[in-house]
Amino acid sequence: MLLIHCPWCGPRDESEFGYGGEADIARPPDPDALSDAEWADYVFMRTNTKGRFKEQWVHIHGCGRWFTLVRDTVTHEHGEAGVFGGVEPEADG
Amino acid sequence: MQRYSIFSLARNALTGHRNWPQAWRSPAPKPEYDVVIVGGGGHGLATAYYLAAEHGIANVAVLEKGWLGGGNTGRNTTIIRSNYLWDESAAIYEKSLRLYEGLSRELNFNIMLSQRGVLNLAHNEHDLKEMARRVRAIRGNGIDSEILTPAEIKKLVPAINVSKDMRYPILGASLQRRGGVARHDAVAWGFARGADDRGVDIIQNCEVTGIDRKGGRVTGVRTTLGPIKAGKVGVVVAGHASVLADMAGFRLPIDSHPLQAMVSEPIKPVLDCVVMSNAVHVYVSQSDKGELVIGAGIDSFNSYAQRGSWQIIEGQMGALVELFPVFSRLRLMRSWGGIVDTCPDASPILSKTPVEGLYFNCGWGTGGFKATPGSGWAFAHTIARDEPHPLNAPFSLDRFATGALIDEHGAAAVAH
Repeated sequence: MLLIHCPWCGPRDESEFGYGGEADIARPPDPDALSDAEWADYVFMRTNTKGRFKEQWVHIHGCGRWFTLVRDTVTHEHGEAGVFGGVEPEADG
Repeated sequence: MQRYSIFSLARNALTGHRNWPQAWRSPAPKPEYDVVIVGGGGHGLATAYYLAAEHGIANVAVLEKGWLGGGNTGRNTTIIRSNYLWDESAAIYEKSLRLYEGLSRELNFNIMLSQRGVLNLAHNEHDLKEMARRVRAIRGNGIDSEILTPAEIKKLVPAINVSKDMRYPILGASLQRRGGVARHDAVAWGFARGADDRGVDIIQNCEVTGIDRKGGRVTGVRTTLGPIKAGKVGVVVAGHASVLADMAGFRLPIDSHPLQAMVSEPIKPVLDCVVMSNAVHVYVSQSDKGELVIGAGIDSFNSYAQRGSWQIIEGQMGALVELFPVFSRLRLMRSWGGIVDTCPDASPILSKTPVEGLYFNCGWGTGGFKATPGSGWAFAHTIARDEPHPLNAPFSLDRFATGALIDEHGAAAVAH
């Protein structure tokens, strides 16, 4: 089981978290301009990196908040969690 | 190739079994092949076998980074069935089951196919209705499937708990009697021996590190044993499809996850069919050695490490002892993980790619073993003719752009 550091709650068991897959998949700014292939790329295609991979987790059985993690998909080593929108955990008190 | 028979067995017994030839050669790679197959698991070896046997293309190499069948072929729970909802899936999985039924004879290699029946349990009203719909669809495709009542289930599987005071009582089940299990290693070895006999070079401990292209066309592969030129390249690397696609400069709609399986200590015969429960999340059968072979769902996170998390094992053990209270005091002997490449519609990709002469067979998710011969058969056709067979045309990569997805989430052994 992974030990995941929630930016707000600290280290908790993986079973407290929900997984959100690859991070930084941005919705296209002008959806009408996209071809079918470009839509398929946005909706379905994934980088699925072997190695350091930026992903999203949600502390679903805890504070309920989303954050990002850069985790190695071979060793499971990961560093500090990141937060969306630049909100620092400390600032949230 | 020395054929296996009662006579060759007797002849070799007389000489103390010292004179059996190797089942396949281990040649050094040639500088160039007509077709290079990347991945020496069941699907890759089946592809090479059918390329040689059905299409007369024998100047073929199978490159395997480890040992034959050492990936998901040797890590699955060996279940075979063709009880899929949609016509496209039913056709290819049923083709596979039919090939399995004749495979020991075709390959002269005992794959120990045991058509002991696959039982899918229903635990609530919705399950029952969905099951009735599914059974009708399956029968409509000419595939055997029937519905059992709890009393009939109890008669078929005496050890199972059909009492009404379970948390999720068993209300019925569908049964595919032609489903069952086979020896997974034997499937890989049988195809390897058959392919080698027809001239295919099987090269183990040879990892592909790059895919060479020129003008949008594949020209060969780079490997840990040096470059190998190829007219066509078929990639069949369950668990690493995205990594190989990256070498060729495109992306796939795939996420790689760990899938765990485990066996109990061996016990006397207690369970003579395969039992699956989508709702409580476990599937179980008993091997010829007496071990219960148990599996369930994937770990949620992306991973290339062939191991998973403890709570996944704990969850399926809870489901197992609810269905079979008699198993509660058994000890688990081993657990292991493999990496499964899952697609958004829970259906595989057997397809041409943006690179000419490069073909991908991937995305079988949690259920590829049952498809091994059919997958290899259709993929060999795709490579040989440079166009998909009608069986695998619906499983092309461009379905994600056209929207013609084949949603088989409900056909998985357990929900993912």
